[in-house]
Amino acid sequence: MTVKEIDEKRLREVALTPHEYRVIVEQLKRQPNAVELGMLGVLWSEHCSYKTSKALLRRLPSSGPAVLQGPGENAGAVDIGKGWAAVFKIESHNHPSAIEPYQGAATGVGGIIRDVIAMGARPIALLDSLRFGPLPASQHHFEGVVAGIGGYGNCIGIPTVAGEVYFEDCYTQNPIVNAMCVGLVAVDRLMRARAEGTGNTLLLVGADTGRDGIHGASFASVELDESSAERRPAVQVGNPFLEKCLLEACMDLAHTDAVVGIQDLGAAGLTSSVAECAGRVAGAGARIDVSRVPRREKGMTPYDVMLSESQERMLVVVQRGREAEVESIFRAWDLTSAVIGEVTDDGLLTIVDGQKEVARLPVGLLTDGAPLRRLTGVAPPARPTLELDRLQPLVDPGASLLRMLASANLSSRRGIFRRYDHMVGDSTVIPPGGDAALVRVKGTRLGLAMTTDCNSRYCHLDPNLGAQLAVAEAARNIVATGAQPLAVTDCLNLANPDRPEVYWELEETIAGLAQACRVLELPIVSGNVSLYNEHGSGGESAIYPTPVIGMIGLLEDYGRRLEAGLRNEGDFVLLVGSTHNDLGGSEYLKVEHGLVAGRPPALDLARERATHKLILEAARADLLRSAHDCADGGMLVALAECCMLGGIGVRCPALKPEAPVRTDSAFFGESPSRFIVSVQSRAMPEMQTLARRHHIEISLIGLAGGNVIEFEGQFRVSLAEMRQAWEGALIK
Amino acid sequence: MKFGVVVFPGTWSDRDCGWVIDQVLGGQLQYLWHKDADLKGCDCIILPGGFAYGDYLRTGAIARFAPVMEKVGEFADRGGLVWGICNGFQILCEAGLLPGALIRNASMEFRCEWTNLVVERNDLPYTSRCAELEVIRVPISHGEGSYFADPATLSRLEQNGQVVFRYCDAAGRVAPGANPNGSLHNIAGITNKRGNVLGMMPHPERCSEPELGGTDGLKLFRSVVESTARVLVS
Repeated sequence: MTVKEIDEKRLREVALTPHEYRVIVEQLKRQPNAVELGMLGVLWSEHCSYKTSKALLRRLPSSGPAVLQGPGENAGAVDIGKGWAAVFKIESHNHPSAIEPYQGAATGVGGIIRDVIAMGARPIALLDSLRFGPLPASQHHFEGVVAGIGGYGNCIGIPTVAGEVYFEDCYTQNPIVNAMCVGLVAVDRLMRARAEGTGNTLLLVGADTGRDGIHGASFASVELDESSAERRPAVQVGNPFLEKCLLEACMDLAHTDAVVGIQDLGAAGLTSSVAECAGRVAGAGARIDVSRVPRREKGMTPYDVMLSESQERMLVVVQRGREAEVESIFRAWDLTSAVIGEVTDDGLLTIVDGQKEVARLPVGLLTDGAPLRRLTGVAPPARPTLELDRLQPLVDPGASLLRMLASANLSSRRGIFRRYDHMVGDSTVIPPGGDAALVRVKGTRLGLAMTTDCNSRYCHLDPNLGAQLAVAEAARNIVATGAQPLAVTDCLNLANPDRPEVYWELEETIAGLAQACRVLELPIVSGNVSLYNEHGSGGESAIYPTPVIGMIGLLEDYGRRLEAGLRNEGDFVLLVGSTHNDLGGSEYLKVEHGLVAGRPPALDLARERATHKLILEAARADLLRSAHDCADGGMLVALAECCMLGGIGVRCPALKPEAPVRTDSAFFGESPSRFIVSVQSRAMPEMQTLARRHHIEISLIGLAGGNVIEFEGQFRVSLAEMRQAWEGALIK
Repeated sequence: MKFGVVVFPGTWSDRDCGWVIDQVLGGQLQYLWHKDADLKGCDCIILPGGFAYGDYLRTGAIARFAPVMEKVGEFADRGGLVWGICNGFQILCEAGLLPGALIRNASMEFRCEWTNLVVERNDLPYTSRCAELEVIRVPISHGEGSYFADPATLSRLEQNGQVVFRYCDAAGRVAPGANPNGSLHNIAGITNKRGNVLGMMPHPERCSEPELGGTDGLKLFRSVVESTARVLVS
């Protein structure tokens, strides 16, 4: 069989290469029919098969003592004690959001929620990591995405508690929309999506199946181009009300033991959810009758039904003979459910339309058959270097501070998070606006800290180091609440890996991620890869590598939480950690000098770890009144945030760094592994002893009090001026 | 004293109200399913926040036809305590148990943030533990919470003293800058003439524990517990 014998247009439609087609024919020992080709096309798309990244992803650490479920299920799960498991995952919805920002973002949220529900967990929090081109040009993306996240999350009643948003030129045509969901389930009720037990029933629940989103997964795996707007039918429409009913009904399934497994219908719809469920059990197969799938419109073909990405649907594997019990639970919520097939033991996915067989494919071919792509990475030309000696010295730190606080990437995010319900659930103990959010586990004293982080400018300048810095910063945000970092979910957003320099970025990103997670002992339990985030073919519009790190941490008693704002006049304000000339890739360089250049700050992971230990020990010994991660914008921006969040100023002696550290680096450099903490004066000796024991430098910045930040003889800025600059940028 | 918390499909503050009643207040809690026309002997019915029936068509427009609502109406007519919070307030207006309507926020955006409310009536079963003109801090979370009524209704509300809560600044001044959603007369909550039906957009169940940022909401729940003895249900 040669490729010429098949219509090449047909191959392009299902996004398969001639080589892949040959592999299919070889394996099947026949030509696939149109339905089979469509099913293979979506499951072999990059989005579903990870054919480009799979080999690299194996390098990531995914095990640890607390891990209950690593990658491969709908979401990861870790044991947090007191009988509870935290279930969480992050996922991208970049391509749909570029075309239709509101629905793209909304269905991204809906999809990640279903992943958590499928594990038997009640979703308790949402987070979002967003990247756009600069405003006002990218207002359309920004407004639509923020409204879409709120539209879905607010309606379904899950609080959106944290996230991040950055604006850079490289995201102008390819915005990044990553949604993360965290849920809770009793450890002994953790579900898995496995098609176990020959003869067990496959029940499809939720929305009727329509023609929306056909080929969404393939769409997510190609570059956007001029015709992308025509792909709008590939973007799905969300119904958060329906998903709320689905959520509650799935929670009610806990009252029965008739359910064997639950699987979300996401990318590639019924095809992927059935194949994945069966693929997780050796030898298992499934038989589906498409004529029994409830439909939204007339005239749908088996092809349409198998590939539809209609939202708000779940597949439930039910013990044979107990269907009525389960269906009555869904009926109570006025949800449609239908028996559409059964589990088999022939290792085949057989699709029939009434009496007629329309497809018959080995499950293994669908889930693991895509030939892995072996690409070669080539390092891109060196990024612009930074010659510090040529950089104009800092003239007026106060004026620079105000300009930086007003810049798009550092300004207050209140204008965004007040559009999200971040309180529903009565569990948000640290709301958005600080380092990490802290959500309590009701009925216990446990607090779950959660954050997303990634400085993609660092990743652009050095993807390996940038990925390490992203992990380190996420961990610092968790530690700043007093919680111990526990586990990671990652969303790797990159450009087109067919270009060798992008594949090199992917390799380097994963290497950096693996190294940082290994040293900080953080297993990566779930994640997602989104490639082809570029427009056109020249690479001019390629996004920076953006490996978004979602992290959770555990605080044994949320009553002992720390927040960023200063709390008491007279407290000592300390900088924990060492400062170097780390201006490469900094916000200061971008805002004040218009430069994206240099090397990102060097990171010593052992020192990072020691710093976390110091902060957590000091917190447990009740030495700290507040703690804040010192990151984007450097020490002075972090200090300003401590003041604004606490409503208290700080008076400091002149900052005179020791050579060779420059004054601009001391104020605005972004050396990692640093915190700003405040302590009572009488806790100082103990704090110093502790710091010495961990070999971490601490230095006094000043004393909390008043309503200005003042560095004696250098500058003085009032809290009111800072607030005006900080809150003015994103708030209308 | 038994609280009945109504659950419509799409309701989400049911669990938060239930948590406060059951775990914080140590009170009696009964969830009431929208399909059941039975109030199960509850003394105070809460219509909680959320998006009942998705709030499709118009907020509260479908929920008012739920079987449980017929009983809620009868109960209110007999003087029973009916407390609508957020979506519950919208449903009470749609059901005609309270006058006026809640329309899209003036900002055209959803708002989730803390607000200050001045308590203008502390003689109600819901507010007896508040001082006269006390300023309480209660968060809002809504996209359609701008109170609207025609001028005649509005002046009748004012004359009868039916405005219970008004958005104000921290010092208690009812100023335009303290109005988060464009509500007429800064109205955040109203009662019926008899004083047994209360509708309010802010969420007292979200501020009944110090770890959530405040405890002013608990005053309202406590007021209800203490006051029910005094309200006669004929």
